[in-house]
Amino acid sequence: MSKQTEILQGAEACVRGALKAGIGFFAGYPITPSTEIAELFSTVLAREEEIFIQMEDEIASITAIIGASLAGKKSMTATSGPGFSLMQEGLGYAAMVEVPLVIVNVQRGGPSTGLPTKVAQGDVMQSRWGSHGDHPMIVLSPSSVQELYEMTIQAFNLSEKYRTPVVILTTETIVHMREKVEIDPQDNIRIINRLLPDLKPGDSYLSYGKFVDDVPVIGNIGDGLGTSVTGLIHMENGFQSADYEVADRLIRRIHRKIEKHTSELFEVEIINPNAEIMFISYGVASRTVKSLLYTDHPGIGLIRPKTLFPIDPIKIQDATKNAKKIIVSELNLGQYVYEMQRILPNKKVHLMEKIGGELIPPKEMLRRIEDIHD
Amino acid sequence: MIKGEKFFKPDRLPTIWCPGCGNGIVLHAALETLEEMNCSKKDVVCVSGIGCSSRSGTYTQFDQVHTLHGRAIPFATAIKLSRPDKKVIVFTGDGDASAIGGNHLIHAARRNVDITVIVFNNSIYGMTGGQVSPLTAQYKKGTTARFGNYENQFDLMRLVIGAGATYAARTGSYYFKHMKKYMNKAFTRKGFSLIEVITQCPVYYGRLNGISDPYKMMLQQKDILLTKEKYEALSEEDRSSRLMMGEFIEDNTQHSYIEKREQLLKKVRES
Repeated sequence: MSKQTEILQGAEACVRGALKAGIGFFAGYPITPSTEIAELFSTVLAREEEIFIQMEDEIASITAIIGASLAGKKSMTATSGPGFSLMQEGLGYAAMVEVPLVIVNVQRGGPSTGLPTKVAQGDVMQSRWGSHGDHPMIVLSPSSVQELYEMTIQAFNLSEKYRTPVVILTTETIVHMREKVEIDPQDNIRIINRLLPDLKPGDSYLSYGKFVDDVPVIGNIGDGLGTSVTGLIHMENGFQSADYEVADRLIRRIHRKIEKHTSELFEVEIINPNAEIMFISYGVASRTVKSLLYTDHPGIGLIRPKTLFPIDPIKIQDATKNAKKIIVSELNLGQYVYEMQRILPNKKVHLMEKIGGELIPPKEMLRRIEDIHD
Repeated sequence: MIKGEKFFKPDRLPTIWCPGCGNGIVLHAALETLEEMNCSKKDVVCVSGIGCSSRSGTYTQFDQVHTLHGRAIPFATAIKLSRPDKKVIVFTGDGDASAIGGNHLIHAARRNVDITVIVFNNSIYGMTGGQVSPLTAQYKKGTTARFGNYENQFDLMRLVIGAGATYAARTGSYYFKHMKKYMNKAFTRKGFSLIEVITQCPVYYGRLNGISDPYKMMLQQKDILLTKEKYEALSEEDRSSRLMMGEFIEDNTQHSYIEKREQLLKKVRES
């Protein structure tokens, strides 16, 4: 059977993807421009007899979805800048306790209340480093409604596989626009569910006692295995410890379980790999570069990270080997550009930025390319 | 074996609690009550925040989630919604529940969500060394109020009843039987229940306020905690340093959150 094509708004695509992935719990708090996602879930999850709850703030939203995920539900929230700031506490907890979680951040103009209805990409570094302490983070960046659908499924899969929070870092534009989305009506899409302990009578169980590829096999809260979790540094039995070796081993393992898969996690689209002018751009900002490529500018190429973090430097280094001009185009005053400069130390990496709630129009982009000199 | 001990994890001794601390008495009352109710290990989920009392769950055999400061209640709300067959108990302290977690507390009461919140009220932030909390009485001392606390305190009973709690009771660690009676009701009923237990912190609160003997602190509860009749007979001035104890509300006529959710799902099915 062929794929079925529908015209969907970004918010609808996100909800459809989550349903496909098996969402069982959504908690959220109204905030522009992510509210439509919560509104849609409130209806659809009631029909599915799954759980929707509007919480009292974003801290409660993220802690509720952590609780639900610990209790075995695939859980998600959606928010925007100010709400994402409040959620940093919960994000760190989820990373530490190793809770599968999906957080959609629909970026709007900042800082503070900023530009609630306008597009921006100012939360890139916050999505990676916003919570205190060393913690791993997987961040995905969709550039179309189709990708928002697919990445929502992917985010659930990655979160379940690695028992870690996954951020979908999207924007006002992607969530509000309507585009053609191809949906596979058959169940060909692979859905990943977390591994659960398979205990036989007499088997002993520790909350963090068994690992598959460095990912702990933890019983769901409520299954009565005596699962014990804490945001403190903890031992295999889930009980707190202030021991140097325990802390060192735990923090390194939660990084390692993600980092060793960096190469497969870091998905990137490369167009015109031998172009002289190589753009590195992601999410909605990359669409301006693509529009130039569609209108016959053979000297221009695009490296489009679909995964923002973790980054595989080799993929970027290989794709920029022949480039004479490397330009990172993003809707902030420079964030991802610093990551690119770090991994391309022998190249001059330029920034083409835009703030104030607008995309860079193609003509402006062409003019600004001319203004960039090494 | 002591009653309630089967739910305790002896390998986790010693607890972090100081000698003379009242937290163990409150946890003991909860575990004993659960055993008397013939609960099994699988029936209960413990959720707690941050602070001395919030370590309670970590000493039990139950599935337990030691969460973030002030956030135990939204975790617990979601766990109850996800696993409505479980008894979800929140162990929290006065600072955890009424300061940083105050917003979550009132909203859980408003929702009448089917959880039991046990507030260990020792009038102080013990884990961080003795700072005043929103439940520290006026003019009492803390390390952040060396000249006496000049802020007003919350009356937790009036707060949660105003927010919609359908069961609220206050007692003290001295009143073991009262604790168990209230816990038994709370663990059995539907809807939101809160039990405030006045408990002694001899090491921080006691030392700072001139009474560091835990035994004396417990006996003092007899003077501080008064029944409705005795409390109401006092002058306004005498009331300010005392608290009324007992059951403040028990309303089993309201539908609980889980019941309302079932009604909603039925309505959606029929629509």
